Amino acid sequence: MKMMLKGGAVAGVALAAGLAVGVAQAADPIKIGATLSVTGGASFLGDPEKKTLEMYVDAINKDGGVLGRKIELIVYDDAGAPDKATSNVKRLLQNDSVDIIVGGSTTATTMAAVPLVEKAEVPFISLAGAVVIIEPVKKWVFKTPHTDRMAAEKVFADMKKRGITKIGLISEDAGFGKSGHDESLKVAPNYGIQIVADETYSPKDPDVTAQLTKIKNAPGVQAVFNFGFGQGPAVVTKNYRQLGITVPLYQSHGVASKSFIQLAGESAEGVRLPAAGLVVADQLPANDPQKAVVTSFNKEYKAKWGSDPSTFAGHAYDGLQIALAAIQRAGSSDKAKVRDEIEKTSGYVGTGGMVSMSPTDHMGLSLQAFHMVEIRKGDWVLID
Amino acid sequence: MFAEFLQFLLSGITIGAIYALAGLGFSIIYNSSHVINFAQGEFIMVGAMSTVALVGTGVPLPVAILIAIVATMLVGLALEKFAIEPARNADVVTLIIITIGASIFLRGVAQVLWGKDFHSLRAFTGDTPINIMGATIVPQSLWVLGVTMVVIIALGWFFSRTLAGKAMLATSYNRLAAQLCGIAVKRVLMLSFGLSAMLGAIGGIVVTPITFTSYEAGIMLGLKGFTAAVLGGLGNGAGAVVGGLIVGVAEAMGAGYISSAYKDAIAFVIILFVLFFMPSGLFGKRATDRV
Repeated sequence: MKMMLKGGAVAGVALAAGLAVGVAQAADPIKIGATLSVTGGASFLGDPEKKTLEMYVDAINKDGGVLGRKIELIVYDDAGAPDKATSNVKRLLQNDSVDIIVGGSTTATTMAAVPLVEKAEVPFISLAGAVVIIEPVKKWVFKTPHTDRMAAEKVFADMKKRGITKIGLISEDAGFGKSGHDESLKVAPNYGIQIVADETYSPKDPDVTAQLTKIKNAPGVQAVFNFGFGQGPAVVTKNYRQLGITVPLYQSHGVASKSFIQLAGESAEGVRLPAAGLVVADQLPANDPQKAVVTSFNKEYKAKWGSDPSTFAGHAYDGLQIALAAIQRAGSSDKAKVRDEIEKTSGYVGTGGMVSMSPTDHMGLSLQAFHMVEIRKGDWVLID
Repeated sequence: MFAEFLQFLLSGITIGAIYALAGLGFSIIYNSSHVINFAQGEFIMVGAMSTVALVGTGVPLPVAILIAIVATMLVGLALEKFAIEPARNADVVTLIIITIGASIFLRGVAQVLWGKDFHSLRAFTGDTPINIMGATIVPQSLWVLGVTMVVIIALGWFFSRTLAGKAMLATSYNRLAAQLCGIAVKRVLMLSFGLSAMLGAIGGIVVTPITFTSYEAGIMLGLKGFTAAVLGGLGNGAGAVVGGLIVGVAEAMGAGYISSAYKDAIAFVIILFVLFFMPSGLFGKRATDRV
C-alpha cells in the first residue's frame, strides 16, 4: 500500500514536471548532443563530423530552426577514448539534458555510450562502422555509416562475378581492420570464396612486404583484399606494386577518399573498392537519386571549409538530417516519439545511400548503397 | 625460398636503417646529458612534415630538405634552451618527463599547423622496383641505406677528428673533468640536441616516400629507435646502428616466418630480454657505481 502511494506520488511529480517542460518547450531550443573524436588518432573522423554538424546547425537556425525552435548543438571531444566518451555522454544526459545524441565517431566510443543511452532512453545515432552497434538491435541505438560486413559482401560479390574463388586477405590488426577481417571470414563462404592466406599488419607499419610476400607465394591466390584505413592501405598498395604482384588488389571502403590516391600515387592504378555515392558524386548518372544530395553537400562543405568532404562528414550529415526529420515528424522533441520516428525513416536519400529503417534494421542501408569503383589515372571510375 | 628470405632481409635492413638513425639520436643526447629524449621521434616527424609542407608550396625538393633540416635543428635547440636548460639542476627522471611533455607539445603543434592527414613525398628517383635475385626493393630504399651510411661515417669523423666532437665525447665520459679542462659543457648539450634533431630530420625525410608521415608518425619510430639504442647499449653509437638493423631485420623475419600479428611485439620482446639479461646492451660498458 505504502509502495503504491509512493508510486503514485512519483507519477504525479513526473506529470507535473512533464507539464512544466511542455510549457517551456515552445521557446526552448532542441538540444542535440554529440561526442566526437575531434582530436587523437581518430581525428580524421571526428574533425569533419564536427565541422559538418556545426555548419548545418548554423544554417538551419538561420532558417528559423525546426518546429519553430532553435537547435542547440553541444559537442564534446572524446579523443577516441571510450572512457572519455562515457563521461561525455553522462554529461550530455545529466547536465545538458539533451534530446538526442549524434555521434560516437568510432565503434569503441559508440559501444561505450550504448549502455548509458539505453538506460536513459535517449535516441542515439552513431557515426561508426561496425555491425555490432546495430546487431543485435538495441531499442535506442541507430547508425548511419555502412557496415564493414556490407563492404566485404560488395567486394566478394564483385570477385564472384569475375570468377575469383581463392583470395589472400591482409588486414589491419586493430579496430576497423580487425572487425572487417572477422566479417570477411564470416561472409566469404556465402560467395564461394576461400581465403587461402590471412595476414595482418599494425596501423603504423612502414613496410608490409614480408606479409605480402607470404600471400604472393600462397598457392592459387587470384586476388588480394586489404581491410584497413589511414596510411596502412597506401603502404600495402605501394608494396604490392613493388613486389610485382599481378593479381587484382581490392581495398575496403575505408580508403574511399582522394587522400588515398594521393598517398599511394601511381601504385593505386587498378585498385578496386566499394565506395559510397558521396565519393563518386561527379560520376553518378544524372538520374541517380543520390546525385542531387551529394552534389550539393559537396559544394556547401567545400564552400565553407575549403576542402572536399570525406565520407565521414557525410555520415554526420545523414545523422543530423535523420534526427531532425524525425523530430519534425514527431512534432516535438519527446524522446520516445522521436525514437519511433527515426525507426520509421523510409526512403531518406543521404550521402551514404537510400535509408529505410525498420524495427529489425537500425541502419537501413542495402548493398545498393555501395558502388564498385576502380582507380584509373588517379580518379574513380564506376565499374558496376 | 631464397628469394623470400632475401625479400625479408632487404625490407628489414631498409627499416632498420631508420631505426638506427633514431637510435643514434637517442645515444648522442644520452651521452651528453644522461637524458633519454623521448621527443626524438618528433624530430623525425618535424623533419618529414616540414619538407612535405615546403614542397607543397612549390619549393624545390633539395631546398625544402635543407630548410626542413635546419628548422628541425632549431626545434631541437629550442627544446634544449627553453625546456631542458632551465631545469638543468633537476633529476634525470624529471628531464626525461620534460622530453615526453615536449613530444606531446610538438605533436599538438604539428596537428594544428599541418592538419591530421597523412602526407607523402615523391620518391627521389622514381618508383620502378629494382629486382635483386627474385627480391625487389624500391630505389628509395637505396637512398635510405646510402644516406644512413653517409651520416654514420660523417658522425664517426666528427667524433674522432674534430674538436667539438672530441669535446662531446669527453663530456660523456666525465662531465666534471671535461668542465675543468675548459670544455663549455652547456654548449655541448646544445650541440647534442641540434645534432640529434638533424639525424631525426634526415631519417624522417628519406623514409617518407616509403612510409608516409603524419603528425603522430614519430611515436612508433621513436619507440623503435629507443629499442635500437637500448639493444646496442645506450650511449654507444655503433651499438645503436647494429641495434637498429637487428630490430628491423628481426621484425621483417618475424612477420615473414612466424606471424605478422607479432611484428610489433618482436621489438618490445627484444627490449625486455635486453633489460632482463644484459641491461647494458650488446656493446655497452657494464655500469659500475663508485662508492
